[in-house]
Amino acid sequence: DTKKPRLNRGGAWEENPNRHYANNKIKTTKYTLLSFLPKNLFEQFHRFANVYFVFIALLNFVPVVNAFQPELALAPVVFILSVTAIKDLWEDYRRHRSDKEINHMDCLVYSRVERRYVEKYWKEVRVGDFIRLRCNEILPADVLLLTSSDPDRLCHIETATLDGETNLKQRQVVRSFFDLDCDFDPTKYNSIIECEKPNNDLNRFRGYIIHRSGRRDALYKENLLLRGCTIRNTEEAVGIVIYAGHETKAMLNNNGPRYKRSKLERQMNVDVFWCVIILLVMCLFAAVGHGLWMFQYGDKRPVFDVLSPEGTDLSPIMSAIYLFLTMIIVFQVLIPISLFVSIEIVKICQVFFIHQDMDLYDEETDSHLQCRALNITEDLGQMQYIFSDKTGTLTENKMVFRRCTVAGVEYSHDANARRLAMYQEMDSEEEECTSHGGTLPRRDSVTSHQSARVVLRSQSTKSHRRTGSRAEAKRASILSKHTAFSSPMEKDITPDPQLLDKVNECSSQMDFMRFHSQPMSQLPSDLSDIIDFFIALTICNTVVVSSPNQPRQKVRMRFELKSPVKTIEDFIKRFTPSRLTSGSNSSSSSSLITNRSSNRGCSSILSSPSAESTLTKLDEEKPPNLEHTFSPVPPCYSEKAWAVAEGELRYEAESPDEAALVYAARAYKCSLVGRLPDQVTVELPHLGKLSFELLHTLGFDSTRKRMSVVVRHPLTDQITVYTKGADSVIMDLIKPPNTGKRQKKIVYRTQNYLNLYAADGLRTLCIAKKVLTKEEYACWLQRHLEAETAIQGREELLFESALRLETNLHLLGATGIEDRLQDGVPETIASLRKAGLQIWVLTGDKQETAVNIAYACKLLEPEEEILTLNADSQEACALLLEESLHYIQAKFLCSSADHAAKAFTANFAPFEIYPSSSPSSSSVPFMVHRLGLVIDGRTLAYALDKSLEDKFLAVARSCRSVLCCRSTPLQKSMVVKLVRNKLKVMTLAIGDGANDVSMIQVADVGVGISGQEGMQAVMASDFALPRFRYLQKLLLVHGHWCYSRLANMILYFFYKNAMFVALIFWYQFYCGFSGSAMIDQWYLIFFNLMFSAFPQLITGTLDKDVSAETLQQLPQLYISGQNSEEYKPYMFWMNMIDAFYQSLVCFFIPYFAYADSDVDLFTWGTPITTLALFTILLHLGIETKTWTWMNWLSISFSIALFFTVALCYNASCPTCYSPSNPYWTMQRLLQDPLFYFLCVITPVTALLPRYFYRACQGTLFPSPVQVGRQLDKLPAETRRNILSLSRVKVGSPLSTKPPFLSLAKPLPKGSNKTEKGSFPSPKASQGSILQTHDTRKCHKRSQISCAPRFCVGSLQFSGFLPPSKHMHLNGLTGQI
Amino acid sequence: MMASTYNAKDEDGHITVAGPGGGTLRSRKPENTAFKQQRLPAWQPILTAGTVLPAFFVIGLIFIPIGIGLYVTSNNIKEFEIDYTGVDMSSPCFNCSQNFSWNSTRPCTCSIPFYLDQPYESNVFMYYGLSNFYQNHRRYVKSRDDSQLNGDSEALTKPSKECEPYAFHDNKPIAPCGAIANSMFNDSLELFYNDPNGTKVQIHLMKTGIAWWTDKHVKFRNPGGNNPNLTVAFQGTTKPVNWRKPVYELDSDQENDGFINEDFIVWMRTAALPTFRKLYRIIQKKKDMVLTLPRGNYTLEVVYNYPVRSFEGRKRMILSTISWMGGKNPFLGIAYITVGSVCFFLGVVLLIIHHKYGNRNNSADISN
Repeated sequence: DTKKPRLNRGGAWEENPNRHYANNKIKTTKYTLLSFLPKNLFEQFHRFANVYFVFIALLNFVPVVNAFQPELALAPVVFILSVTAIKDLWEDYRRHRSDKEINHMDCLVYSRVERRYVEKYWKEVRVGDFIRLRCNEILPADVLLLTSSDPDRLCHIETATLDGETNLKQRQVVRSFFDLDCDFDPTKYNSIIECEKPNNDLNRFRGYIIHRSGRRDALYKENLLLRGCTIRNTEEAVGIVIYAGHETKAMLNNNGPRYKRSKLERQMNVDVFWCVIILLVMCLFAAVGHGLWMFQYGDKRPVFDVLSPEGTDLSPIMSAIYLFLTMIIVFQVLIPISLFVSIEIVKICQVFFIHQDMDLYDEETDSHLQCRALNITEDLGQMQYIFSDKTGTLTENKMVFRRCTVAGVEYSHDANARRLAMYQEMDSEEEECTSHGGTLPRRDSVTSHQSARVVLRSQSTKSHRRTGSRAEAKRASILSKHTAFSSPMEKDITPDPQLLDKVNECSSQMDFMRFHSQPMSQLPSDLSDIIDFFIALTICNTVVVSSPNQPRQKVRMRFELKSPVKTIEDFIKRFTPSRLTSGSNSSSSSSLITNRSSNRGCSSILSSPSAESTLTKLDEEKPPNLEHTFSPVPPCYSEKAWAVAEGELRYEAESPDEAALVYAARAYKCSLVGRLPDQVTVELPHLGKLSFELLHTLGFDSTRKRMSVVVRHPLTDQITVYTKGADSVIMDLIKPPNTGKRQKKIVYRTQNYLNLYAADGLRTLCIAKKVLTKEEYACWLQRHLEAETAIQGREELLFESALRLETNLHLLGATGIEDRLQDGVPETIASLRKAGLQIWVLTGDKQETAVNIAYACKLLEPEEEILTLNADSQEACALLLEESLHYIQAKFLCSSADHAAKAFTANFAPFEIYPSSSPSSSSVPFMVHRLGLVIDGRTLAYALDKSLEDKFLAVARSCRSVLCCRSTPLQKSMVVKLVRNKLKVMTLAIGDGANDVSMIQVADVGVGISGQEGMQAVMASDFALPRFRYLQKLLLVHGHWCYSRLANMILYFFYKNAMFVALIFWYQFYCGFSGSAMIDQWYLIFFNLMFSAFPQLITGTLDKDVSAETLQQLPQLYISGQNSEEYKPYMFWMNMIDAFYQSLVCFFIPYFAYADSDVDLFTWGTPITTLALFTILLHLGIETKTWTWMNWLSISFSIALFFTVALCYNASCPTCYSPSNPYWTMQRLLQDPLFYFLCVITPVTALLPRYFYRACQGTLFPSPVQVGRQLDKLPAETRRNILSLSRVKVGSPLSTKPPFLSLAKPLPKGSNKTEKGSFPSPKASQGSILQTHDTRKCHKRSQISCAPRFCVGSLQFSGFLPPSKHMHLNGLTGQI
Repeated sequence: MMASTYNAKDEDGHITVAGPGGGTLRSRKPENTAFKQQRLPAWQPILTAGTVLPAFFVIGLIFIPIGIGLYVTSNNIKEFEIDYTGVDMSSPCFNCSQNFSWNSTRPCTCSIPFYLDQPYESNVFMYYGLSNFYQNHRRYVKSRDDSQLNGDSEALTKPSKECEPYAFHDNKPIAPCGAIANSMFNDSLELFYNDPNGTKVQIHLMKTGIAWWTDKHVKFRNPGGNNPNLTVAFQGTTKPVNWRKPVYELDSDQENDGFINEDFIVWMRTAALPTFRKLYRIIQKKKDMVLTLPRGNYTLEVVYNYPVRSFEGRKRMILSTISWMGGKNPFLGIAYITVGSVCFFLGVVLLIIHHKYGNRNNSADISN
């Protein structure tokens, strides 16, 4: 490690001893006034084309080879360069302005002179300065936290601007300053800080602080507050600046935008290269021709062959060489100088229009799509694979309680369902209300810093500016007003009336019983189940309660709040006598000083004595004195605070489903009001506040898939275990059914409902409880404590201990939580799939959830077979892949051949929308089958190994949908990279979280969802969308348009230049290959730049081949982009041939018309220019699909401009413009009827073949796009009818399958259902590894939770759903 | 129709925008305008056999009559051409043509008899034609100084670099400089009508009115302003190397001498193609006579100065009348007829295609 010692010495010195470190001034501009010109030019010359054009322009200054007036030849290149330079200058100026704004923000810096904190600009902050930070301030630099007003010596920060995570992070005061009082005195500080060199790793910071005493204390990232973060919840904090300005981690992370080159551009560059070849061939041809022409005269030099200026005779070879150079100048137009600029302009316009699209605007967040990469818009039209994150991308990451079943009775929560449905429309307004409500109190609380909110907003705007838009900043500030997972949709659950009644009944009974001192066990079991169910929901979690008045300030309901616990001893002393404590309590991050991870050691120390005392206390326990235990409201609670907080508590949960359950319980008046490490307070109807003594919390882990809390029930005084977990695990832990008929029935029913929930795409959780006798508890506790104190294998022992506890559970019920899909996700996926896109979902989620969501969003279809790959070794994985491949081949080879035959006949169905794309699809070697592939992270790791990746790809690409669960961010990017590189396809990655960043960066196009998880994905993305469903319009409409517009424009450019240049080339045959041009140099140079530039820009920007509606209704049209049908290599050559033909016509019609006449060079050349202009514009007209007034205007403008310029130019100066001097030429031409006759016949003749071809194509073999256009023309009603019909009749097999498959083999009508039923049974073709579970038979749950879902799914719907098949490939070595 | 539906949408949008968003919070909602939402009313032509069919027929029907008209007009133009290069031994100018040199002091004359079998009624234009003469050669075209030709006295003494190597001779500036001027056509042609009664009548050839008006009056000017004495004005300059006389002796007529000599101006307008003709003289129709050139025998008397044999060139004399569309050239008429016919034919082809295949899609679309 290269550590650069950074000496930070504070103290009473007058001057900062760290002057030599970078100051906090940031400068992100590229240029200064002086350096602009050279630096900008230097940068521009990195582009090869610019060098080329400058070279050619300079070549003109060489007298022997010059073709044009040298100054004039410079004009285009200077124009292009200056346009780019002005653009750069403007961008730089904007950067400069925002830099200035940021540099001039205020902060409180300790002044050594004045011995107090004074306001200073950010830029004046230096390393080693002490900074006082107040709540809601933004950190100006990376600061080491020295003291905080927080009693726990914590400082809360929000890192939304850095990583987008909206939950608060805790930062700790440096250990050695831990014991200091709040008022830290900088003058007394005299330590040296050594830390590593500035780096961009946000998650690492190492260093140590050396005190005067020589003591060293290590520094961690927990001590560092990063620039750009916002202080929250902490009134004041003081820190010392460690890194400033450009050395801060935030700035080091700010890489500039990446430059991506689109596929179209790559293709274009190939053709530019071909143009260069054509150019060289033409020049060479002319040079040789000139040499021969010279040679034929021999020594007899003709009078028109002018000597060189020196009067020397040039040999044919020498003049051929000179001529070669001259020709390069003359033909330079062939390499379109304006192409690059035009493409840039068009792309900017396209981006503008995408930005402006109302359909991509999200009212809720007031954000619209952002294009962060300006140069790959057309790639959007060519995507083939989509890699999507799940949570937050497909789903809203808002977990909403949807329904539940308690004691075997289902409560459907219809009202709740209706409410959820309502949010589809209502969302925006409600959010707005709460956001306003949320800001007001905060403003009160921070009155000391007036208009803090305004500052906050403007500041966070600034901190985002590097990566672009205000949108991000604004969103961040909006988000910061909320507690995470607390939108009204998540909070306001409508209770089921039936269940609510029962809860009320139950609690009133309990109240009654309590009043009459009856034992609670007399309660009817279904009622007690209900109350237990809700208690479990409320307490079996790690939710922290906060009050909204002080946003994100913990509700402290501690008895002795005045003096916070400082030491463990203190803690034990205080709590052990009066209450039970639990060592392994990890839920109380709020009140424990250190956070969980670092507390492990401490907690075990503390737990043993406390737990022992628990034991003793248990033994001594007297018979329950209900009245006594029942003082739920501790006396020292401030009643006033309660009144304010009542009903307005906020729950800060680690995961959204926990919050959802707590909110759900609250809807039933069963609300969590406080949580302490050792106590949970619950408010129940009729019963008031109850305090549960929290004995243990066995946290959630992914192996157990459950969590438990052990509490002492205040009413029954029993030791109760509440367990909450995945249905698959809890169901196995339920007490054996033989214990009671009722329980058996409950289990059976609950299982049914669970399956139903899963079929609905709900996340299911089972709630169970267990009552321990004191003996059992004592017994368990003994071993648990042993486990906790164990030195070796503590984790495993604790795990086993948990397993021991969670047995023989009593099932209370189950909940269905909706991880709400974002609006329109299934529809979007369906239509993207119809558009020929392969959609893979890569998620870090667990397999069951992922599969459930996949079903919910129609990624997997119930009738699809699913291949599940779970392997625990490389070999197993290899074997699995091998087997699956065999299976796929065996199963589908025969059927696909069968289908292909059918497809042939089906192609002549009376209604056919996509006739021409079938040939291309049939060439795809791998057919995509109706198979889903589910693979988990571990197997994926094996599969991504070099040796297996090909097999994996072969399997994966033949599956219709692929689901990778439990994948790490790195794996995500590896999968994308693999597909991209091996299959040579265009990939799009979409995600919303930090874990998607690597994938987003690897893909050809990265899309970030500016969702709940914040901005990090957005920062890395090329496009940022507010919602997943906008992807549909972005790809299908804008992508298609951008691609087709740009492709057509590029092709047109090549055509146009070739056509224009070829005119001069033909002329060489008639001027002795002397490089003479009949087209005036002005026209030649400005033709591209001025006369013919505007229409193509307009068309390139505005042309719509198919309307947005049709594109969305017929996603199949997207396939044309995927197959690059608008711009195939042969099209370049076709265009070239057409260009040569057209130029022949444009050259030879005037040639013959003026043959052997007294026409002079430019009187003849000007009509040719005019004709070429007309032809080129009309050509564009043929290729233009939509004519708006802009098109008409631009074409008229072009023509008018040409004539105006020509007339002015030809009238301006009789002696200038050597050598052409076209004085009065145009004026005379306009009086010549012949000119008009030429203008009519030539464009017609030139465009005849293309026009005829287009017409034939439109009738004989229309492309899908053309059919789409025909549909467009129909009245809206008719179109809708046709589209709906096509979907029902012909489209039904198409729509459920990936489109290019369906094109290849559309099934005959009606065969859809029978086909599914008659899939050959996979059993026959399976080896021993492939275990088929026919879902009808699978009464037992299989290892994977998706299976039971099917049992019920098919049971429920067996009447109308085809039987689904399951294949489980379990690669566990044990089984092999 | 399209426009009206869009307008309706627009209004809807405006209402919603103006409603809640009118307050303090400026929404970043995109404006709902037809332009920004890419919903501009548009004409969407679809090219199918059915839709383009009329275009082809219309083009055909328009082009064929135009073509016929042009062809007839062109045919009505009378043109007579005679090659006097003297390549053949039999040619009267054979001897003269053997002289390849520019500066032979002894003028060579030859006379070529010819017979006009048609009388020329209106004004007759007399051209000289050159073949294989690349007046459009890049370096040749450049080799002139427009400022000098415009009478600029400075350019007169210091010709432009473009004129090199024809800018100076014997350290004197050449006027007019450059290769174009240097290679000026210097044959002189005279036309005689051999009256059937045996007398040889010289036909009056107009020297003026053959150049563009703008050239003669704007572009080309003699140096020295209105100084009538051109000799003085051109003092200090020398004649182009190939010329026999200095520029101020091109014509005796003051108005047609020096740079504004029309033969010179015509020559300076470089031809576009290697085979070209240049207007030499005009034979004006006399008021009292019906025919400008009656049918009969004529003699062309040539002072043969201009060597073309060295580059396989040809020299011709052309007599032609002109019409509103210029000289005789049947090409355009033929082209119109051909293109018109082709269009018509393609129209028929499209008609067949449309009938056979065109209805398939449409009917299916609509019936479905």
